[in-house]
Amino acid sequence: MSSLTKVILQRLGLGVLTLFAVSLIIAFAVELLPGDITQAMLGQSATPETVAAFRAEIGLDRPAHIRYLQWLKGMLTGDMGRSLASKREITEFIGTRLSNTLFLGGVAAAIAVPLALFLGLLAALYRNSIYDRIVNLTTLTSISFPEFFVAYILILFLSVKSGIFPGISNVSTDLAFGDKLFRTLLPALTLTLVVLAHMLRMTRAAIINLLSSPYIEMAHLKGTRPFRVITHHALPNAWGPIVNVIALNLAYLVVGVVVVEVVFVYPGLGQLLVDSVSKRDLPVVQACAMIFAAVYILLNLLSDIVSIVSNPRLLHPR
Amino acid sequence: MGKLILGAPLSAKIGLVIILGYVFTAVFAPWIAPYSETAIVGSSYELWTEQFIFGTDNIGRDMLSRLIFGARNTIGIAFATVIIAFLIGGVTGMLAAILGGWYDMAISRLVDILMAVPSLIFALLLLTIFGTSVLSLILIIAVLDSTRVFRISRSAAMNVVVMEFVEAARLRGEGMWWVIRKEVLPNIMAPLLAEFGLRFCFVFLFIAALSFLGLGIQPPTADWGSMVRENAPLINYNDITPLLPAAAIAGLTVAVNFVVDWMLHLSSGLRSD
Repeated sequence: MSSLTKVILQRLGLGVLTLFAVSLIIAFAVELLPGDITQAMLGQSATPETVAAFRAEIGLDRPAHIRYLQWLKGMLTGDMGRSLASKREITEFIGTRLSNTLFLGGVAAAIAVPLALFLGLLAALYRNSIYDRIVNLTTLTSISFPEFFVAYILILFLSVKSGIFPGISNVSTDLAFGDKLFRTLLPALTLTLVVLAHMLRMTRAAIINLLSSPYIEMAHLKGTRPFRVITHHALPNAWGPIVNVIALNLAYLVVGVVVVEVVFVYPGLGQLLVDSVSKRDLPVVQACAMIFAAVYILLNLLSDIVSIVSNPRLLHPR
Repeated sequence: MGKLILGAPLSAKIGLVIILGYVFTAVFAPWIAPYSETAIVGSSYELWTEQFIFGTDNIGRDMLSRLIFGARNTIGIAFATVIIAFLIGGVTGMLAAILGGWYDMAISRLVDILMAVPSLIFALLLLTIFGTSVLSLILIIAVLDSTRVFRISRSAAMNVVVMEFVEAARLRGEGMWWVIRKEVLPNIMAPLLAEFGLRFCFVFLFIAALSFLGLGIQPPTADWGSMVRENAPLINYNDITPLLPAAAIAGLTVAVNFVVDWMLHLSSGLRSD
């Protein structure tokens, strides 16, 4: 297993390096800004004194490389700095936001993953049937829908017309688990619909790819029952591609969560990010973006590693 | 060309007709729309009447007129963005394929980094730094999206630059620009065109999402994404008006996807024989 650990460590290192490069690009972009972020934030009418005071407050009077190193040191030691808008320590409030978002993503994944795998498997097994064609057309259509369109349609039917779910998901920490789950269900359902189409199409493609390989045909030819072919011959080799599909789509979920949280006024990281962008609260945006980027890179890494583990040939690239 | 379109599958034909409808609306918006996009013509949230077919919006502007002008603004901005993305990505991609060496290495690594982070997250970061104006919106998304175009045009051009006719052109002493324009570009046009449709869908949805979040196209410009946001409260009163601009967005992306599906099929078929 030593070569496997080596590969995993290599990938992890690459991921950390990517995050580092991203932070460098951001720092560089701040420097590129014509004029200065203080002027942009305070407006044209700000007096030179206020601008100078504000610059000193957020540390803009120091040279760029020192500022960057300090930020980097803070990030590594768990100190994300202060919000420009509320003046509060970012680490104070980002934790609950993050756990809310992870909860929402978790619920969505718990619904979407089994459903997509099941429907994708069916579409692959009965390919070119009417069921398969309907699935193909509906998924192609739903991929083209903006997330907020799906969200408002669900609100209209499941909240306004029938009154089953609340239209706003204002969860808080003192809520009981069941209550929290209930309020999270509608945004989670939206996210499910958003990723379901992608996941289903990819599962279908992965399984069809597998079923066309010679050893499956051999199993059929020697008279094995279809169900046994799936469970004993196809599935052991399918886990790799399937986990790959799941990891890739969970990464996709990271993006969808931003819009969905805003629609449902769900107090998660995505909403915080959008709010901070409109207030131009750079430290908060930086912190949120780094977390989102880290999760995204980590999930992609996971799918990479799983595909390597499930296919030993990739362990020894020629 | 006419024969090609007549032989297209039904879904692609429907898609083409829908796209033409959108383009027509966008071009002739001032003549079709009953009111101006910014004029306040009634009280806020008026119901659907003969005077205001889809009612009025949150500050009393005619919904139908804003939907029609929205076609022009939303599609126009997305189209401009994709064009710029293709200019940047296409040229750098082809150059990377032709020059190779350290230039290829440097740009490819930069693209890898930009693609390692979701573009929505990157765009939000850059919008914080540069502010939310239409110009910065177009440039930021164009640059982020050009990474995808770079990948495609580089890998497609890679297969072309090793051909004898390109070598012959270089030995003749033709300049770099000539090689790109006359030798490489015509041979990678088919995959680039299909990619153009896909990228347009992506950028269009992306800008709509940003506008919906209040960070894209700014008021009072009529734009479908922000119109959904402005009129969203109506949904709680069982009124489907806010769904109209969202449906307009979905309609165009579905239509473009149908056409792209057919084009991908076509270009893969042409390449295999």
